[in-house]
Amino acid sequence: MSKLAHYFSYDFVWFALIVGVLIALCASLFGVILVLKRFSFIGDGLSHVAFGAMAIAAVLKITDSVALVMPITVISAIIILKTGQRKKLRGDAAIAVISVGALAIGYLLLNLFPNGSSNIAGDVCSSLFGASSILFLKEQDVILCAVMSAAVLLLFVLGYNKIFAVTFDEDFSKAVGIRASLYNLLLAVVTAVIIVMAMELVGSLLISALIIFPALSAMRVLRSFKRVIICAAVLSVFCASMGIIAALLLSTPVGPTIVAADIIAFVVFAILGKFVKI
Amino acid sequence: MAQITVNDISLGYDGVTVCENLSFSVEAGDYLCIVGNNGSGKSTLMKALLRLKSPEKGEITLGDGVSGRDIGYLPQKNEAQKDFPASVAEIVRSGCVGRKGFRFFVGKREKAIVEKNMRCMRICDLAKRPFSELSGGQQQRVLLARALCAAEKVLLLDEPVSGLDPHAAKDMYGAIRHLNRDHGTTIIMITHDLAAVSEYGTRVLHMCEEPTYYSSPAEFFKDSGFTSEEVSS
Repeated sequence: MSKLAHYFSYDFVWFALIVGVLIALCASLFGVILVLKRFSFIGDGLSHVAFGAMAIAAVLKITDSVALVMPITVISAIIILKTGQRKKLRGDAAIAVISVGALAIGYLLLNLFPNGSSNIAGDVCSSLFGASSILFLKEQDVILCAVMSAAVLLLFVLGYNKIFAVTFDEDFSKAVGIRASLYNLLLAVVTAVIIVMAMELVGSLLISALIIFPALSAMRVLRSFKRVIICAAVLSVFCASMGIIAALLLSTPVGPTIVAADIIAFVVFAILGKFVKI
Repeated sequence: MAQITVNDISLGYDGVTVCENLSFSVEAGDYLCIVGNNGSGKSTLMKALLRLKSPEKGEITLGDGVSGRDIGYLPQKNEAQKDFPASVAEIVRSGCVGRKGFRFFVGKREKAIVEKNMRCMRICDLAKRPFSELSGGQQQRVLLARALCAAEKVLLLDEPVSGLDPHAAKDMYGAIRHLNRDHGTTIIMITHDLAAVSEYGTRVLHMCEEPTYYSSPAEFFKDSGFTSEEVSS
């Protein structure tokens, strides 16, 4: 306990917690939508794209990698969404093609152009499974993350009713004059933004856990949309903060520890769901 | 003037034309049944009427005080909704979001509309229940209430009783007839149920290579040779 109190006297711990909580919150809210639209794999695909983009940024020696990673991920999100709607190349196949391609090319590029780094394997591992960089955040990183999260949350709250309508029944929504394709586009863009933000926190391979687990856990027990949304958000925030604290105390990597917390929560909710459904 | 006038349209999907030279009009209070084989363009016509798809040729005009926002829609059963976590009230409310004047949140005016339509469909006591736990018939009534929240003048129903047991189907037809007779709602219904066509319909559109419009079910049965006991495939 005293160790914990000691940690909390440092700014970097607070920075990590704030960023972790904000990202977890955004990921869980839109995660519910992605899971219900049967789009959960988009998160996975996009995170691989983000990894590939990161590799390109490293090769080109771009210091502010987000400037490159963000547009590439957003564009890929739109491409995946558009191809998913056409029948020729099915959505899941399109995602698989893009994501595996990006992963392979990313790793290949890093090996072809080592860029002075002697520890490629270590660099790759940290961007796949989360770097400890979450503990080295500067104030401006925190502000950037807070601004982006605020935008994402505002969008969700204002769009809540229409998001529900489109998610529940796209055909009906279109018929009554909601521009459903605009909402789908927005969903893809927001997902891309969340993934790029979350890469720092848990690494690109583990991002989909943040998106999918809270939604699935909440749906084990709850049976109304509003309750699922609220429960997923609370659960995700709780698991992220517990994960970060546990990682500090046990000296484990942050990303996998958060995901482990999410898995435990899922198991608890799955068991709970056998007895109660509200 | 008719509420909906379809003037010499051609319909098709994936580049294949499924029907040509289709003309008919829908007047206020009509109960139009659209029958025909699978692939005859019934659903494509429905999409065209909802303005989700424009016809390859010809035009569809609205009139008699009806605009695009006055047409409600009950889609075919959607498998993805089976395990969707949503309460009845949430779903009925979602019918309001396309209404004129809807901003971001459900206000007093929308709440009153939701309340009225839930009473009309006799689902008030189900308001808090999860949609996935309802019977097929109850689910269809919920979706009909949602359609009414979106628009009350014209309703497009795509096989509203498919998958329902006979009792639930009868109940559903009763609810639709109530809207048609007592509220003056115009009904346009795709169906395979010829017994319902003869019992409830006032107009029939038979979709096939040469679609034909009949101003009464009796005419349709006489001309097509079907009987009301038959179920068209």
